[in-house]
Amino acid sequence: MLPLDSTAQETVSAVVDRLKGKPGALLPILHGIQDVLGYVPPAAVPIIADGLNLSRADVHGVISFYHYFRDTKPGRHTIHLCRAEACQSMNQKATEAHAKQKLGVDYHGTTANGAFTFEPVYCLGNCACSPSMMVDGELYGRVTPERFDDIVSKWEKR
Amino acid sequence: MAAVTVFVPRDAAALSLGAEDVAQTIAAEAKARRIDVTIVRNGTRGMVSLEPLVEVALSSGRVGYGPVSAGDVRSLFDADFLKGGRHALNVGPVESIPYFAKQERLTFARVGLTDPVSLDDYLAHDGYRGLMRALSLTPADIIREVTDSGLRGRGGAAFPTGIKWKTVADAPADQKYVTCNADEGDSGTFADRMLMEGDPFCLIEGMTIAAVAVGATQGYIYLRCEYPHAHRALNAAIDAAYANGYLGDNIRGTGKRFDLEVRLGAGAYICGEETSMLESLEGKRGEIRPRPPLPAIKGLFGQPTIVNNVMSLASVPIILEKGGEFYKNFGVGRSRGTLTIQLGGNIRRGGLIEKAFGVTLREILYDYGGGSASGRPIRAVQVGGPLGAYLPESQFDTPLDYEAFANIQALLGHGGIVVFDDTVDMAQMARYAMEFCAIESCGKCTPCRIGSTRGVEVMDRVISGQNREFHLTLVEELCDTMLNGSLCGLGGLTPYPVQSAMRHFRGDFERQT
Repeated sequence: MLPLDSTAQETVSAVVDRLKGKPGALLPILHGIQDVLGYVPPAAVPIIADGLNLSRADVHGVISFYHYFRDTKPGRHTIHLCRAEACQSMNQKATEAHAKQKLGVDYHGTTANGAFTFEPVYCLGNCACSPSMMVDGELYGRVTPERFDDIVSKWEKR
Repeated sequence: MAAVTVFVPRDAAALSLGAEDVAQTIAAEAKARRIDVTIVRNGTRGMVSLEPLVEVALSSGRVGYGPVSAGDVRSLFDADFLKGGRHALNVGPVESIPYFAKQERLTFARVGLTDPVSLDDYLAHDGYRGLMRALSLTPADIIREVTDSGLRGRGGAAFPTGIKWKTVADAPADQKYVTCNADEGDSGTFADRMLMEGDPFCLIEGMTIAAVAVGATQGYIYLRCEYPHAHRALNAAIDAAYANGYLGDNIRGTGKRFDLEVRLGAGAYICGEETSMLESLEGKRGEIRPRPPLPAIKGLFGQPTIVNNVMSLASVPIILEKGGEFYKNFGVGRSRGTLTIQLGGNIRRGGLIEKAFGVTLREILYDYGGGSASGRPIRAVQVGGPLGAYLPESQFDTPLDYEAFANIQALLGHGGIVVFDDTVDMAQMARYAMEFCAIESCGKCTPCRIGSTRGVEVMDRVISGQNREFHLTLVEELCDTMLNGSLCGLGGLTPYPVQSAMRHFRGDFERQT
């Protein structure tokens, strides 16, 4: 387990201190940490556990239960491509195959240049203009392979 | 000349099709032409095929242009769209468009009309009238109005809302909670999202009424983290409600207290199941709890808790404002009021359609939806999310009504409809239903945790043609075990899409490879 650098350590401690008084504080704390660091580093687990008077196993169990929380550093941007039924009905498979080929990674992978992490998602609530994807919280509808390339090239520069 | 008001939606669906660019381009073009324009970022009218739908406020009403892209903006100005000028994208008075005009908008009355995060706009459009009336009633009378309305839980289970509230009201406790299940994870559903982004005060008002009715002082909205736009809208509205005495320790000077907070989920579909949602709110793994005890008796942190869906709670303000009888007069049989139908997938005109219960699937698919997006025949529709049955064309005359759907071994659920054309392979969709269950199972019970994984494997053998009759029987038996042996609806309902696909589209399972 890599130790946290001092900035990350300060971030984790600050989030824990700010939120630990809330009832059911663990999810808000994990979101708070991931919002800043992009992931929840394994070395943050003892600090969180200590702050909430939980065991490390409890904290690890919660992190690993939820698809959204990650314990490794993501790429600069995260692409969430929807693979639920409504998107499938609009040929999501073509966009999916194209995306994997274009990015050179499968789901959960990070591109070699570190620009993108590619994740599946099960519905973005945009089912009347499928297929959909989200990049760092920005939603896109009717994502054909061509449109995927346009969106990706725009984000690559950011 | 006074500024002309132009509406450009801030709804995520409109943004996903370029509404932000459109709004910025209109502002820039107006500035360049020295025209005074006020741009209001409204919710969506729900006609997604017209998004981004730009509306111009004229003395005669609001005229729409859509779907607009940033590249169209200059020509709109050239065509004098600020005076309702002729243009290829002019769709006329928005509220006269048949898709919209034929709806019965009760819960969605304000969505698309107002600035969602403006409390003044909310109040100017009859907002908080339900709460003001509720504050003049006894808790028992509030619950009676909700019971009389016939409102049933819109999350899918269709349990009478008034009865749930009465159970919480009658449970003695020092602390009670009102929780809103906004973990809208079903594919093909987006009504909760549109309401939270387009009229967040309506949900806040409904929750406040619920709190007053049952004596709860703390509320939580459990929102899925895939909805960042809704998150921002809810937080802005909650801040405004606090600042103006609609939330906090002295609601409108009555001495009643209600605090409300949004909590984010983390990408677990199972947290849409109410006991799993409560576990998650408590900061734990979202593993479901066996019932009993019911959450109404022993819910969040062991206290009596209302758990209602967004649509259920957002229907409460109008019920309190206009009375249970008014609401009950919409609908058929035991399905009273309106259903917010969400039409998505392979459909020409998808979107949000609020109608009284009883409209048929065929009317929705063809009169509203205009047939498939691809132009090919519609072969199957899945109603009620990933756990809902697939329906063939022969069942398209089924009215949207809880009992009528139960009679054909289907679910109405949250009212989501996903359309597939004739290129769909239903054996693959059945396999996907098992795969989805395997990915999202919380792991608490064996039929769901193991059954779904075995289901994917057996479906793979069916699809590749290995010992097919034997494996199809095995799928049936597995479905029977999951249906009867699972603790909650995830494992218990995954057989619905699988078995309905096998029942109605058998040929897809027997195809030669």
